Amino acid sequence: MSKARICALSLAALLLAAIPARAEIVAVASFSILADLTRVVGGEAVRVEVLVGPETDAHGFQPGPAEARKLAQARVVIVNGLGFDPWVERLVKASGAKPRVIVASAGIAPRQGGHHGADPHAWQDPALAARYVATIAEGLAALDPAGAAGHRARAEDYAKRLESLAAEYRAAIAAIPSERRRIVTSHDAFGYLGQAFGLRVLALKGLSSESEPSAQAMARLIRAVRAEGVRVVLVESPAETRLAERLARETGARLGPRLYADTLSRPDGPAPDFLAMLRHNLSVMVAAMNAVD
Amino acid sequence: MISPYDLLIAPFAEFVFMRRALVGGLALALGAAPLGVFLVLRRMSLVGDALSHAILPGAALGFLLAGLSIWWMSLGGLVAGLLVAGLSGLMARTTTLKEDASFAGFYVLALALGVMLVSRAGTPIDLIRALFGSALAVDDAALWLMAAVASLTLLGLAALYRALVVECLDPGFLKTHGGGLGTLAHLGFLGLLVLNLVAAFHALGTLMAIGLLVLPATAARFWAETVWTQMLVAAAIALTATVVGLLLSFHLDLPSGPAIVLSAGALYLLSVAVGARDSLYRRHVQSPHLRA
Repeated sequence: MSKARICALSLAALLLAAIPARAEIVAVASFSILADLTRVVGGEAVRVEVLVGPETDAHGFQPGPAEARKLAQARVVIVNGLGFDPWVERLVKASGAKPRVIVASAGIAPRQGGHHGADPHAWQDPALAARYVATIAEGLAALDPAGAAGHRARAEDYAKRLESLAAEYRAAIAAIPSERRRIVTSHDAFGYLGQAFGLRVLALKGLSSESEPSAQAMARLIRAVRAEGVRVVLVESPAETRLAERLARETGARLGPRLYADTLSRPDGPAPDFLAMLRHNLSVMVAAMNAVD
Repeated sequence: MISPYDLLIAPFAEFVFMRRALVGGLALALGAAPLGVFLVLRRMSLVGDALSHAILPGAALGFLLAGLSIWWMSLGGLVAGLLVAGLSGLMARTTTLKEDASFAGFYVLALALGVMLVSRAGTPIDLIRALFGSALAVDDAALWLMAAVASLTLLGLAALYRALVVECLDPGFLKTHGGGLGTLAHLGFLGLLVLNLVAAFHALGTLMAIGLLVLPATAARFWAETVWTQMLVAAAIALTATVVGLLLSFHLDLPSGPAIVLSAGALYLLSVAVGARDSLYRRHVQSPHLRA
């Protein structure tokens, strides 16, 4: 075999090996909810990796070399923005790769959470989640013009499912007397949801699950729970429950099943994907609002 | 105009969690503050801080084994703290290394090990935050633990008092005349220190735990002369700081742990400025002849 033939053959082999790798886009999402949305929009052509996996709190997450390695392979990185995952962009810079960065909350006017600044939890409102999905679809389309139509079609299809879930929320909440339309949660993650459906949200901690509460916040909440006759206090997974337990003890309320705010559950849990999460939260909230003893 | 009752009493009268925080603070004030006096006298204030970090990996291990159980986390912290204290003490006595240096070495080692354990296990809840207790979430188990530690500390201090005082004043004396008493007192003291740190991190968190040990004790030196009166003053200052901190947290919407430690810090600065003994006021304003 001549040298030229060997060269040609190995070149061909290299090319063949390279083709499937080019067809697949590696996308890295900052946390489990964004990963699920990206998987839905991207379809077969996109392989999605996640930095902060299920049942893990993204507030104050400490990235390590494993996360940097994932980012180094990424062609596109999806972050929430609004101050929720600022460490991802630092990590992208540090990894040396130059992926496209999609900020899923782009164009959404943030809710202001008291003196805590912008509220990052926009995905809790299904209408805003639909805009996340559209933003992700446009980002993927720019990267993969051949698959653009598919990305947009899947995003529109998903938006319809979100719209019907929003209708479920509206119907379920309309059935509850207006003075009972309130929930007590551990950190303030349901502001957008409350705004969208006319729910009053009373939270023990601020916008970050990491903030330490004051005695005043605790006292205010205890008074509110007593005055409103709230019977069930809801805690997000995976938050610690000691403060909420104290609150429940002091007011005679009880702890309800876990809500999912900033993370999905594991596949065998009650919120393995985003739509299941919204449905699970709705049923937990409705039961809590209706509880009389 | 807010009445004194509303300002000082009502928060505790209306809310159980405030009374629990107060009782927890009382327990810490009775145990940790007097112990802190010896910590300061023995020039080990920073060793206490190092030790509070050394407890972390043990608590992490307890958490990984048994979940968010106050007893397992405390036990793990206790074992880790005693191990670091014991090894450092041993190193200081058997090599030329000074105790502070060997403490620094072992605590950094323990801390790194703790961070490693937590990250490798991929814990479902942010462990460091779980370890940070809050004065507002003191449950029955934490109250029992703090009360038991305070009782044990007072008994232990009563038993070791003479040996500890002698060792502070003349470390050589017990080495030559005391048999193993000096070593025994030292180890007993380190044991009590670890116990108090474990108790304090349930109420104040690991970063703040050292606050009520060191600040009231240093402040007390500006008011009292003998060791036992300093202990009384330190306990009173710690209790005052707890009450003031809780009230600030209640009225001004501040996080409780830092509010308590900052109150203790304010009392310390006040003592440095105008305390009855050796304060800036006494030395430079009231007795100007000392300048000459």
